[in-house]
Amino acid sequence: MRHILAVLVENNPGVLTRVAGLFSRRGYNIDSLTVGRTENPQISRMTIVVEGDDLVLEQVTKQLHKLIDVIKINDITSEEYVDRELVLIKVGADPSVRGEIMQIVDIFRARIVDIGRRTLIIECTGDEGKINAVIESLKPFGIKELVRTGKVAMLRGHKFTSINESREDD
Amino acid sequence: MKLSGAEIIVKSLQEEGVEAIFGYPGGAVLQIYDALYDSSLKHYLVRHEQGAAHAADGYARATGKPGVCIATSGPGATNLVTGIATAYMDSVPIIAFTGQVACDLLGKDSFQEADITGITLPITKHNYLVKDVKDLARTIKEAFHIATTGRPGPVLIDIPKDVSIKKTKFDYPAAVHLRGYKPTVEGNKGQINNAARLIGEAKRPVIYAGGGVVTSGASEELFRLAELTLSPVTTTLLGIGSFPETHPLSLGMLGMHGTKAANYAVSECDLLIAVGARFDDRVTGKIDEFAPHAKIIHIDVDPAEIGKNVRVDVPIVGDVKRVLAELNNKLQQHLPTDWQDRIARLKQENPLCYEENGSLKPQFIIEQIYEVTKGEATIVTEVGQNQMWAAQYYKFTKPRTFISSGGLGTMGYGLPAAIGAKVGRPDSVVIDIAGDGSIQMNIQELATAVHYNIPVIVAILNNNYLGMVRQWQEIFYDRRYSYTEITGPDFVKLAAAYGAVGIRVTKPEEVKPALKKAIKARRPVLIDFVVEREENVFPMVPPGGAIHKMLGG
Repeated sequence: MRHILAVLVENNPGVLTRVAGLFSRRGYNIDSLTVGRTENPQISRMTIVVEGDDLVLEQVTKQLHKLIDVIKINDITSEEYVDRELVLIKVGADPSVRGEIMQIVDIFRARIVDIGRRTLIIECTGDEGKINAVIESLKPFGIKELVRTGKVAMLRGHKFTSINESREDD
Repeated sequence: MKLSGAEIIVKSLQEEGVEAIFGYPGGAVLQIYDALYDSSLKHYLVRHEQGAAHAADGYARATGKPGVCIATSGPGATNLVTGIATAYMDSVPIIAFTGQVACDLLGKDSFQEADITGITLPITKHNYLVKDVKDLARTIKEAFHIATTGRPGPVLIDIPKDVSIKKTKFDYPAAVHLRGYKPTVEGNKGQINNAARLIGEAKRPVIYAGGGVVTSGASEELFRLAELTLSPVTTTLLGIGSFPETHPLSLGMLGMHGTKAANYAVSECDLLIAVGARFDDRVTGKIDEFAPHAKIIHIDVDPAEIGKNVRVDVPIVGDVKRVLAELNNKLQQHLPTDWQDRIARLKQENPLCYEENGSLKPQFIIEQIYEVTKGEATIVTEVGQNQMWAAQYYKFTKPRTFISSGGLGTMGYGLPAAIGAKVGRPDSVVIDIAGDGSIQMNIQELATAVHYNIPVIVAILNNNYLGMVRQWQEIFYDRRYSYTEITGPDFVKLAAAYGAVGIRVTKPEEVKPALKKAIKARRPVLIDFVVEREENVFPMVPPGGAIHKMLGG
């Protein structure tokens, strides 16, 4: 089963290496990992999507906690949450097919952010299913380049993953 | 007044109560060594940085205080790596200081540059690269705190040369603030009650005690638990000394080279109380057949150890000493049952034994060391057959008197660790039980022992083989002794060349006089025991086998 972990870490140099190194040496599989600063500049937040059964997840969580720079871990998978990815797709777009592409972009509520002579760059955000769908829809036009961010996720409602409002404790 | 980074290091170490440092100077730590020159700290110059790390480790294990070592950048730092990994695997608190190239040279493949924080990432509890002298005192404070609390372990601090030179105001912090590091010390009350209930219901309990009992200083509490519940106690290699092996409830060590009594008792028990132990593969053998009839209570300070290798019925995260004290308060005195008779019979019917044929046997030498030292010595070991015989045939009664590289199994550990142990416990007779293979891995530290007159005794069980590997080749590879026959120097002459005392022993009746002479010498002594060449360590559980199916003995 896939789990989404929201992990608060000290914004220290090397913290990403520590986390990534832990996953690789203990043989855990990362589906995706995103990291960025939070509302507090001293704290970064990682969203880690990891594959494994409950025993593996228990070990992943406990081992992560052993890292001094890891402050808090939430496995939000079993809760109500919002998750999003962002993708940039450079697609082949001769003038003859641009209309068709723009229709697809509208359907997915995506955006065109760059127009070249023969290409368009399309930006789309959404959950993983939507991102996969938009990629599939654009494939026939020839995808020249694609980059996606990996998942970021947040609990819905009044629950928090933050060190100040520890309503949702680990 | 402003102090240089180097002076801050010295002052901080004094604040932490450090008395001994093991190290080796070099370009990137010149400034630090200059500050050490007229400080009150006692620095021991080793002959190889690996020796510094092991000596700090041996010091820590013998005293319970953190050990400190220091090396220069690049090769100095990388030479510490095996020692740091050894300490990490056995949860030993050491602080390793390494010099680093100056900040403006970092990342440029500069002379003697190595990314030591990167290299030691997986083998330290935590590590630091200090780029601003203002962070130095706080970092040292944190390092000592992290190394010595929770599950202890090594912490490395990498200090660029310019940071050791730059000056700032020195203010050693009184407290540590680490929001991501708060070890659980108190056990969960509900789980302690559950454990007490399981113990009350158990008919055939066994206590399985590990290094955590030694680390947390919980021997008295363990003793009380055993006597209250009349549970036999088996220890891991690192748990040796946590429970007196002279006690009727002692089963000795369990696992691959454990006693038959211990392995049978674990296989028969209906409750296994694991205390500060981690179900290592050398202990459990085939994990599915380990303690197959038992419910398991697991007490450990490291939550990640619980459920890692086996499913546990009652997990208790906390400091072993505190948890055991609380647990003991909830227990009634048990009365003897058939189980204690069964244990006595298992011990009586399956003693450790070896063939006495008039030749010089390594097991006999260990027994003689026990007799001569009356069980009061600090025994350090190398790794291999010598280590297992020491664990089997010496009867340990006190914690911190058996010092050995368990998890990593580091050959060459013994001599430098013995030096560290002797520095920490100068009142104790310290004997390194060695093989002729292991001793040659860090023999250069004999010069350190001689230079500072640290009177350690090295007892080489010399069989001209890498004995443990040879034993496996004999049993599992049809006696194809591939590169395990090893020649050594004339150890007696070598000892003399270093300025130590060398003694050769070839006959059983010479053993005791040689040991007595060595203890009296009050100088470093190396005894070359020329033993029967193809002696094996038994009993033995074949790798991956169930622990009740043992070979030999």
